[in-house]
Amino acid sequence: MPLRLLKYALSREHPAPRFFRDCTEPKKTYDAVIIGGGGHGLAAAYYLAKDHGITNVAVLEKGYIGGGNTGRNTTIVRSNYLTPEGVNFYNASVKLFEDLSEELDINLFYSNRGHFTLAHTDSAMRTMRWRAEVNKHVGVESYVVGPDEISKACPQLDISCSGQAPILGALYHAPGSVARHDAVAWGYAKEADRMGVEIFQSTEVTGIDVKSGKVVGVQTSKGYISTNRVLSAVAGFTPRICEMVDVETPIVIHPLQACVTEPMKPWLDTILVSGSLHVYVSQSSRGELVMGSSLDPYEIHSTRSSLDFVEGLTSHITDMFPFLGNVKVVRQWAGMADLTPDFAPIMGKTEVEGFYIDAGWGTWGFKATPISGKTMAETIARDMAPDMIRSFRLSRFEDYELTGEKGAASVGH
Amino acid sequence: MKLLQCPVNGIRPVSEFTYGGEYREMPDADTCSDKEWATYVHHRHGAPGLKKEWWYHGPSGTWFIAERNTLTDKVSRTYLYGQENKA
Ligand SMILES: Cc1cc2nc3c(=O)[nH]c(=O)nc-3n(C[C@H](O)[C@H](O)[C@H](O)COP(=O)(O)OP(=O)(O)OC[C@H]3O[C@@H](n4cnc5c(N)ncnc54)[C@H](O)[C@@H]3O)c2cc1C
Repeated sequence: MPLRLLKYALSREHPAPRFFRDCTEPKKTYDAVIIGGGGHGLAAAYYLAKDHGITNVAVLEKGYIGGGNTGRNTTIVRSNYLTPEGVNFYNASVKLFEDLSEELDINLFYSNRGHFTLAHTDSAMRTMRWRAEVNKHVGVESYVVGPDEISKACPQLDISCSGQAPILGALYHAPGSVARHDAVAWGYAKEADRMGVEIFQSTEVTGIDVKSGKVVGVQTSKGYISTNRVLSAVAGFTPRICEMVDVETPIVIHPLQACVTEPMKPWLDTILVSGSLHVYVSQSSRGELVMGSSLDPYEIHSTRSSLDFVEGLTSHITDMFPFLGNVKVVRQWAGMADLTPDFAPIMGKTEVEGFYIDAGWGTWGFKATPISGKTMAETIARDMAPDMIRSFRLSRFEDYELTGEKGAASVGH
Repeated sequence: MKLLQCPVNGIRPVSEFTYGGEYREMPDADTCSDKEWATYVHHRHGAPGLKKEWWYHGPSGTWFIAERNTLTDKVSRTYLYGQENKA
């Protein structure tokens, strides 16, 4: 490495290899088109090529890759969900994440921290016990701990939360981790590109061409592309894409905001979440505290941020850590969360042949990036969704078979 | 601070209000198909645009309708349910 660097310093050529080719002109036709160059779309492209040998694939991204919710999230990876289907699914994702830096040959800064979901009320404790039992049953390491164990893992935490909301216990989840989110998008892009997938940035899908109930092509800002398989992996833009094919979904869009403090020496090892105080916090490898809160209270298709959010969040975070009173918030931003009524995603086939959906990732989809890519690739390659994502199918709403995951949402929404 | 016009109490800070979701017509449960009913129960018009929405003013207990563009967050008018033409 140092030698290579030295060589670059002496050369006038642009030395560092590009992560992926600079594709500008799409071909007339592809075996599959993926709308959205976020982590999910790029992971689907990667597994289509790697697991199924389908490489004549275009990923169309209207902005730049990872510029959507993939680059805006607070990067918490965990599998301590409430339904057995959810726990199984997210656990498979955690397993893929653990080896992903090696597989994609890129440092994802995947950092295993342990994750505490704090409970301040008896009813929250009951949900923690419930989740712990479901997790154990599926083989995931989660258990309920008392205030002493929480203090031991995080001595800086005021267990009484400034007397506002004393902590009674927590759900501890050993695999809880954080990672570098945009590296996930870049890693998948790099490897998909290497196998032949073409990635087009600044390329917007403006229409989807359906004939006799089947997808035949997409209109884009760079012309018409014919294809009979289209995956929509556009998170906060899902309702707009679904409108193009008249597919109805329960998805509504609310902004979700986050912020970071100025960097500090490392002091917070674990990831802490408090549903009652509506905050979650971890310390990044750069030393910033990465903090988030609950959803904005009403529908807006925008990534604007608000002062209300930082005010509310900092008042609660200083209940937990009074000594942070003088620390500055240096950056805040928002993403558009695509919410479902049961807090589970929508994945698989739709009533339009060849139109596949990967959406409803709301506030929880970063952790699912690897497994959603893998299972959606299988769905597209076989035109049949694997059993693992059956409970996430769009038709579950028509069947009244919802997958109630709200109790495992990071904060009370 | 964002402000919203309550049709009864005038302009108030938005923190006094609760969002109640888009106004939707309920199909006739006796005559509609199962699919229509399921669509009514679960599905939503998620795409952005000008929408009629339910809002609630907490301190006075007033439910009313706001017409709001969900892309720009601009409220064009508010009125009590059924009084659209008076607004
Ligand atoms: C503040 C915040 C915190 C979060 N915290 C966490 C967390 O801690 N853990 C967790 O697991 N999840 C978290 N999430 C959720 C997570 O970020 C998302 O669910 C996930 O990143 C979705 O990835 P994606 O690839 O599906 O979507 P995105 O990354 O949003 O990618 C979709 C892409 O589609 C593109 N696109 C849209 N329309 C078109 C079009 N017409 N043509 C071409 N391209 C188009 C967009 O430009 C975008 O780049 C958080 C989200 C936010 C906003």
